[in-house]
Amino acid sequence: MKRLLINKIVLALSTISALIGLAFLAWILVTLFMKGLGSFHFSLFLNDLIDNGLRNLIIGQFILAGIASLIGIPLGMVAGIYIREYGQGRYANLIRNLSDIMMSAPSIVIGAFVYAVVVVPTGHTSGFAGSIALAIMMIPIVIGTTDSMLSLVPKELREAGIALGASKYKVIFDIVIKSAKVGIMTGILLAFARIVGETAPLLFTSQTSNYFTLDLTHAFPSLSVSIYDLASDVQTSSRDLAWAASFILTVMVLVINLTGKFIIRNKK
Amino acid sequence: MEKIFQKFALSSATLVFIILLGIFITLFNAARPAISEFGLNFIGDSAWNKEVPLTTPEATTQKSLAPTTVSDTDDETVDENDFGDSSDDMIMDDEEETPTKTIYGGLVPLVGTILSTLIALLFAMPIAMGISVFLAEIAPKKIASFVGGAIELLAAIPSIIFGMWGLYYFAPIVADLFGGFQVSLLTAGLVLGVMILPFMAAITRDSMNTTPDILKESAYALGATKFEVIKDIIFPFSKVGIIGSVILSLGRALGETMAVAFLIGSIFQLPNKITDPTITIPVALANNFGEASGLGMSSLFYLALILFIMSFALISVAKFYFLRKAN
Repeated sequence: MKRLLINKIVLALSTISALIGLAFLAWILVTLFMKGLGSFHFSLFLNDLIDNGLRNLIIGQFILAGIASLIGIPLGMVAGIYIREYGQGRYANLIRNLSDIMMSAPSIVIGAFVYAVVVVPTGHTSGFAGSIALAIMMIPIVIGTTDSMLSLVPKELREAGIALGASKYKVIFDIVIKSAKVGIMTGILLAFARIVGETAPLLFTSQTSNYFTLDLTHAFPSLSVSIYDLASDVQTSSRDLAWAASFILTVMVLVINLTGKFIIRNKK
Repeated sequence: MEKIFQKFALSSATLVFIILLGIFITLFNAARPAISEFGLNFIGDSAWNKEVPLTTPEATTQKSLAPTTVSDTDDETVDENDFGDSSDDMIMDDEEETPTKTIYGGLVPLVGTILSTLIALLFAMPIAMGISVFLAEIAPKKIASFVGGAIELLAAIPSIIFGMWGLYYFAPIVADLFGGFQVSLLTAGLVLGVMILPFMAAITRDSMNTTPDILKESAYALGATKFEVIKDIIFPFSKVGIIGSVILSLGRALGETMAVAFLIGSIFQLPNKITDPTITIPVALANNFGEASGLGMSSLFYLALILFIMSFALISVAKFYFLRKAN
């Protein structure tokens, strides 16, 4: 009897833990929806921050993350291919482990690094600096995805290609990557969702701007950095704007994230 | 083509190595002025941006006898009339006519970082264990996949959102319950705990799932209850992996910036109580990088270097000792 009772209590505690986790998620999302929708207005998409809108910030955030992807995705994919397809034992393993460590490196430290190597020499913050910081965060994520997706491709496929006389490079691109395409693309989508909501690496690299600009050589508008500025502002109107911006940022991130997960599930 | 691609692939992979090494060297270089000024005492010093007399205590007593000898650390003897062009780090104190210098110490942010991470750990660990047991052993497949997906969603929410929600909605409740300040070590640690919860639960569950079914089934066949299977079969089997997962989550929590920036209070002061405000290394960087210069800037880089080494060490231990052993 006692054993069964203890069993019941533990199982109940465990279920309660799951409910606590769900409660936190619900609490945060409900808060965001209430506060965000309360100060949401479509004119936010038409005006720039200087006119109390968010247009320049949303576009800026996507440009920063987009350029980071242009740098990070090819480098990460090719490095991932190297680790899985070319790498010989120890060196490939070393890079794989270092990449894992890099993935967990504090994002603020990456910001400080880019500040020292890009912002200080050029003399001022810039969109490029911000994108480079985000790219450094993205590379190890893409490496990890590519590596694990390629590992799922059966060895026989590669052997068949080589038996037909194709070069290794051809086998990789025409056979291996093609069969791992969906998985890799999903991983990249999730990596993008991860960096598009980042703030810390942008704080002193891209900073943010109140105006619309496409000039990547100067301070660049960033939605997340502006949320930080607005949320710490004493004026309630600024804080309301921060909530609306947070709502938009979260919806952006979650939509991209869920799209990726939906693709994975459908594939299975 | 084959050769070119292979070279390109090799250099991309090597880039990871170069970036990590580059981060280390750059941080070290930028921190060098502070390292040579304060050395390892930096870690034990709780003063930040504090002006102290340039002279050592013994030199101060000497000073009354011989006013012209100002410092034994400075090579040149400074004449009292020449104080106008002394460097930024030496500022004249008008009343006492003692030259001062600004000193920086990293103890407060270091303690803040460690304590807030520990609070996060204590809060998140039992809940994360509960969740992973629920997902791996209790819930029917459909419910497990729904709950698991929802918890993963929690991990996808940007950290700045945790900060705003924490400051305006969570902190007031915590302060009501425990007293003290709304921005404090406690509220920051708890929100940090909520943030690492999904990560910890996911990797703990993965560790638990490595337990062979045959072991569990044998125990059930002997009449064990679910709790007994979890306690006597799954935990012992996946213990090493779970410890690794927890350390990995710690590494995550150490470097978290934005959520903590809203909640820690950002003052360079050692906390007397858990409900006092203080500061962490990432927050010190986030809030002071913009205005810092000279030795202050270098000290911030010193902090960044310390944080980088801490997270590097933690993750390496988790990955190479615990998680490798677990596999």
